[in-house]
Amino acid sequence: MNIPSNLFYAKTHEWAKKDGDKIIVGITDYAQHEITDIVHVELPEVGKKFTQAQACAVVESVKSAFDIYCPVSGTVVEINEELLSSPELINQDAYGKGFFFAIKPENEDELKNLMSAQDYEKTIQG
Amino acid sequence: MEKILNEINSDKQDIELNCDVALDFEIDKKYQRTTPINIPDLSESTIVRHFTVLSRKNFALSNTFYPLGSCTMKYNPVVNEKIAKFNSFINIHPLQEEETIQGNLEVMSELEKTLCEVSGMDAFTLQPAAGAHGEYTGLLIISNYFKAKGEKRTKIIVPDSAHGTNPASAALAGFEIISLKSETDGTLSAKKLSEILTKDVAAIMMTVPNTLGIFEKQISEISDVMHKNGSLMYYDGANLNAVMGMVRPADIGFDVMHINLHKTFSTPHGGGGPGSGPVGVKAFLKDFLPSPRIIKQSDKFKIDFGNEKYSIGQMKAFFGNFPVILKACAYVKALGGKGLKQASEYAVLNANYLLNLLKDKIKVATGKTCMHEFVLSSKGYLGNGVKTLDVAKRLLDYGYYAPTIYFPLIVEEAMMIEPTETESKQLLDEFADVLIKIIDESNKTPEVVKAAPVNTPVTRLNEVQAARKPQLRW
Repeated sequence: MNIPSNLFYAKTHEWAKKDGDKIIVGITDYAQHEITDIVHVELPEVGKKFTQAQACAVVESVKSAFDIYCPVSGTVVEINEELLSSPELINQDAYGKGFFFAIKPENEDELKNLMSAQDYEKTIQG
Repeated sequence: MEKILNEINSDKQDIELNCDVALDFEIDKKYQRTTPINIPDLSESTIVRHFTVLSRKNFALSNTFYPLGSCTMKYNPVVNEKIAKFNSFINIHPLQEEETIQGNLEVMSELEKTLCEVSGMDAFTLQPAAGAHGEYTGLLIISNYFKAKGEKRTKIIVPDSAHGTNPASAALAGFEIISLKSETDGTLSAKKLSEILTKDVAAIMMTVPNTLGIFEKQISEISDVMHKNGSLMYYDGANLNAVMGMVRPADIGFDVMHINLHKTFSTPHGGGGPGSGPVGVKAFLKDFLPSPRIIKQSDKFKIDFGNEKYSIGQMKAFFGNFPVILKACAYVKALGGKGLKQASEYAVLNANYLLNLLKDKIKVATGKTCMHEFVLSSKGYLGNGVKTLDVAKRLLDYGYYAPTIYFPLIVEEAMMIEPTETESKQLLDEFADVLIKIIDESNKTPEVVKAAPVNTPVTRLNEVQAARKPQLRW
């Protein structure tokens, strides 16, 4: 299972990556594998504010539809528009081309509420 | 299909229709054809064979078992179809004078009465066209009730084990949805509920027994917590087939509910045919029901628009899907109170029997006993990366319809099975044998299961492609 060590993880299977003053958000490789082939993504609008753990996006696979929860509070500054026409990018490259959006965090300390790669690995094995 | 299309294309010819009936009037020249009609020239036998072949490709309850627990889940007695085609019922128009449609009005009034008896509610509307439409109707009633009281209640609590239509209906009715997590045994905790309950919660939507086939043990406590908060209880009647004649939703605290006639009351709806989702309420909500209502005045049935002040309005043209209402009425009249109770008892017995045949071969997500349905989790029981989806497809090869899969979402690799009361012991034995055989195949010949179905008119469809790039024309 691919769990990069430089990312932060939510127990709801989102990852967060620090990138300058932004935080990039996506879902984990484990999540995309469990959800199976993704056929549709609903992304938030740029400028929209979310609080930590608030539902902020939706992914739909042939199995079902799932809410995606915002890993940190902040304002969405960029969305991955490519996902709208090519949702399979999430299945192919969950940590790269399959990212969901970038957010300007209100308080970077919130990252401390998330898990390390090691801890996340434990939760998905449990 | 291809064959007849080829024939149509190759045999397409200009056909001259000669009218051999003498006309006693002249058709103006400008309206007469000058060229022959360009339509396929196929013999009657070719056409009859074409449609007979197509009809054999249909899957229906009249062919075999359908463990889906969804619409048209149980056998639909043919006699009800016959009754629904009686001239006196169908050759009328809803705009006829009341006195000329007394029979139809009586059927609707009778069914409303029966549903009140089964559910304990005080009044029913038969207008909603199906289950989710019923939910929407019920939620609008709740919304209007609080508006009339001058209370601002904007939220609806929906358990994570609920039917997916519950949050969708609540959102459509303008509410914000709060999700309530179920406990590890799949039931709800009154304590957890009270922790998330706020003054602006209008109602909780519950399915009892829930989607895992378990009766909510804390239902009385939950009802107390909600009512003390001034909130209402909504009952999703999708699983009413488990409790008819044993528990009445109104007696355990519910204020509003819907019933799926096309599930519990044995009317066909699968394949997109008309359904019916009557909504029942307690007396204090009666004025909010959709208009018009059918009332009885000195032995005559009347169509009454009298409750317009509070009514949420009309939810469906005229009185709802009348033939469905008629079939359900015929069903309850044939079974009677005792028969309905027996239907529920046998539905629960059948589900428990099947669960016991399977419990050593695959994980039962919901314990040793169940109500009318149970949920299996194939995780860890299938070999070589075979998934629940593959098992479902392989069942088609053995001539059964697949059960609901990947629902409820709280069970991994879920398979939800509801046999209903209308299946025999022999059939349940055969079905269990086949399911066990497929689990075995996943270890010995996984490629066969992964390639399934192969015995069906079409083999495995590319669901991903169909969802990502649908071709809606041909």
